[in-house]
Amino acid sequence: MLPLQSRVTVYGTPREPVLKVLTLNEFLINRVEPRDCALWFDGSEALSASRALQDVSWGAIIDPKSGGSSLQLVSDQCVVSAPRVEGVIGPGDVIRVNERSHLVSVIYRRGSRNNSLLVTERCNSYCVMCSQPPIERDDGARVAELLRVISLIDSDEGVLGITGGEPTLLGDDLIRILSAAKAALPATRLHVLTNGRRFSETTFARQVAAVAHPGLQWAIPLYSDSPEVHDYVVQRHGAFAETLAGLMNLARYGQQIELRVVLQQATVRRLRQLAHFIARNLSFVDHVAWMGLEPMGFARPNWHEIWIEPEDYADPLADAIARLTDVRMATSIYNVPLCVLSERLRPFAAQSISDWKNSYVPECAGCALRNQCCGFFSSATRKYLPRNIRPIALERNVAGALHG
Amino acid sequence: MPAKEFEARNPRYELMPFRFARIPGLPGEIVVVNEVREFHFLAESDFRRFCDHALSPHEEIFRDLRAKHFLLDEHAGSYWPYAVSQYRTRKGFITDGPALHILVVTLRCHHSCLYCQVSRQTTDMTAFDMSDETAAQAIDRIFESPGPDLKVEFQGGEPLLAFDRIRAIVDKIEQRNVSEGRQIEYVIATTLNDITAEQLEFCRAHRINLSTSIDGPEPLHNRNRARRGRDSFRRTVDGIYAARAVLGHDAVSALTTITRESLKEPEAIIDTYVALGFSSIFLRPLSPYGFARLTRDRIGYPVEEFMAFYHRAIRHLVKLNWSGTYLEETYTTFLLQHILTPFPTGYVDLRSPTGAALGALVYNYNGDVYASDEGRMLAEVGDHAFRLGRVTQTYGELIRSPQARALLEAGVAESLPGCCDCAFLPYCGADPVFHYAEQGALRGHRAKSPFCRKQMMLFQFLFRELRSQDSETMRVLSSWLARRPIRVHQGAVSGSPALAG
Repeated sequence: MLPLQSRVTVYGTPREPVLKVLTLNEFLINRVEPRDCALWFDGSEALSASRALQDVSWGAIIDPKSGGSSLQLVSDQCVVSAPRVEGVIGPGDVIRVNERSHLVSVIYRRGSRNNSLLVTERCNSYCVMCSQPPIERDDGARVAELLRVISLIDSDEGVLGITGGEPTLLGDDLIRILSAAKAALPATRLHVLTNGRRFSETTFARQVAAVAHPGLQWAIPLYSDSPEVHDYVVQRHGAFAETLAGLMNLARYGQQIELRVVLQQATVRRLRQLAHFIARNLSFVDHVAWMGLEPMGFARPNWHEIWIEPEDYADPLADAIARLTDVRMATSIYNVPLCVLSERLRPFAAQSISDWKNSYVPECAGCALRNQCCGFFSSATRKYLPRNIRPIALERNVAGALHG
Repeated sequence: MPAKEFEARNPRYELMPFRFARIPGLPGEIVVVNEVREFHFLAESDFRRFCDHALSPHEEIFRDLRAKHFLLDEHAGSYWPYAVSQYRTRKGFITDGPALHILVVTLRCHHSCLYCQVSRQTTDMTAFDMSDETAAQAIDRIFESPGPDLKVEFQGGEPLLAFDRIRAIVDKIEQRNVSEGRQIEYVIATTLNDITAEQLEFCRAHRINLSTSIDGPEPLHNRNRARRGRDSFRRTVDGIYAARAVLGHDAVSALTTITRESLKEPEAIIDTYVALGFSSIFLRPLSPYGFARLTRDRIGYPVEEFMAFYHRAIRHLVKLNWSGTYLEETYTTFLLQHILTPFPTGYVDLRSPTGAALGALVYNYNGDVYASDEGRMLAEVGDHAFRLGRVTQTYGELIRSPQARALLEAGVAESLPGCCDCAFLPYCGADPVFHYAEQGALRGHRAKSPFCRKQMMLFQFLFRELRSQDSETMRVLSSWLARRPIRVHQGAVSGSPALAG
């Protein structure tokens, strides 16, 4: 796993805090202003030879090998040098340079399937297993930065996540962000994680839908067919009512929707009934994801109250999936490694864990399905792992199941 | 906050409308069914407590019934809009008007089938072809109907004998649809005998599907479907292969009409479909319309015999599907879709209000317009009860005709004696045309209705299977609903019962 941050040495001050990393060749065919560009200089290009280039007001110059000490002498340029973790920054990335703390953060990484923008840390729910507990913080400056970031992301990017906190709390600012994405990234699939509660406000739902980004999908958690269970998981009275009303509004405005169910003690008891409820009432959703727990944030202190072994929900999960596939709804399992799923369930498992927080354990070394497996959250120390993790020996029929 | 903080405080609830039934073979249990087509099995004692408002909100049964829209509690506001939406989906066909438009382009036919419901004419009597003028007016009527999705079906006689007429109609509809922008599907109901390369090319160019009849093994088929040369089977099979080669495998479907002879050999009939590479078979009982009425004593049979045939057929289909051959029975799949999804099938015989007139219009070769194909067949034996009018009248006039009104008055199952309190009503249809033909009255008498008896037995069978959940039969039925072969659908390895072999 490649982290999203690295210590660096920064000489001077970048002209903008958020920059697009580009090689000289790419800069020449791109429409990025020099002051928005962190020029990637790895010694193979003729920067030092060209006074003209040196005179350009770059946002910064990246010196990944820290080989060009002469660069430091280039007057009036900010040089970012010698990232401690190799490969953290690369051409195409969008980075934030903090010259005081000598840190570079990667906001967008070219080639990763898991880029996402954290648009707010505020939330109106307080889920028992929240992996990223909310922080009450003003989002004013963040939104301005995000609009810049969106304009610097590769326009041919396949998929981009938008997460929080709860993105809908941004209100009109969320509409600005989505509109910016529609202008700059019309061909990108946008995956917005939201609890959907604010879409119970019909006017808001209509306005957000009116942005009409063609690849926009809302990923919305529904934890039960019963308000008692859903509201407990979310820790808010009335959340079930708002999410259901929100889903109805999104459907009315033709939005694409993924439902997300986190598998935990409280939710697995009525998993079959939830699948039935979805098949009957929410058949307009495009995909249903059944998700393993991520041992971060509130999940850790609440672990004894939420954790359930995958083998203990194998039967209800198999029934739930069958109920959905019977009516030709698309469904997948996220964040549960293949070795703890029955062979019947494995074809539905996806490699769902973002690359920057994904790892494998020693048992995975001899496993024939490692390359098709989601593995584990790197945050999962031993006590957070399922029982019975084991390498899978590839038998003919198992391979058949996976390709079936 | 602990979970109990979120438990319901108010134990009061209201009942939503529902119907219920006891099912033979499931003692001590009652199935409740509501207006949005949800069902739930309850033990007799729980059923009583449910009706007496005595369930506690902490019980799983309470939550099951609430999420299936059987009861309203303090959370009614969350569920109610979804009940409304399911009901709207179920009855959505009403506002779209007739989607099926049947054009009888000729009565000429080279077959004289035992059960033929239409008076056939010899192949050279073009007086029984639809005229240009009638065709043009029928097209006007089709585009006057309000729905965005239309299905235009060509029937006969043998419509291929009037292929020039089909060609002209399709061309005209396509021209007109440039500005209308409807979604139009074409089907030709044909024996496929002697279909030509040129005809197939036209079908390919206009994405016309073909629906044919295969009644079973060659001797049975040829006995049922007589023609000069006694080679109907071979000619139809040749036609199927020729059509698939040009149009693709799935463009050709077949249905089978069950005569008394067929009852003896469900397995052989099904095996014929397997041999011909079909993935669905429609086992259609003989209908009481038109000519068939006169020959019924010879080829007809009571419902009980049909059901015995049906059960044997299902057993054989289950075995075949488990051994890796995907073959679904179409009518069963329609019923399952009604039971397990909120979506209507579009099958006109299983609608309330009736699909006659409201779901389909039939334009006869001579310019008469009928409420259903069966209505047209009755007319061929002199009964014009279902003639809505002439093709020269507007769509509005036809749909408001006294005949259409009479059909609608008798065509709402919710208001019919015998239907209105039947647990299976939400999955079934009114079918006034059948009851008129069979019993001489549009409303009919359900206690003596063979249609009702057959439907009851089918629903009881399906609900016994649904109760068993993962019986071998139920898993095959589910795979039909999912349209996926059972082994892939259920995971490739585990759980296949011994039958899989």
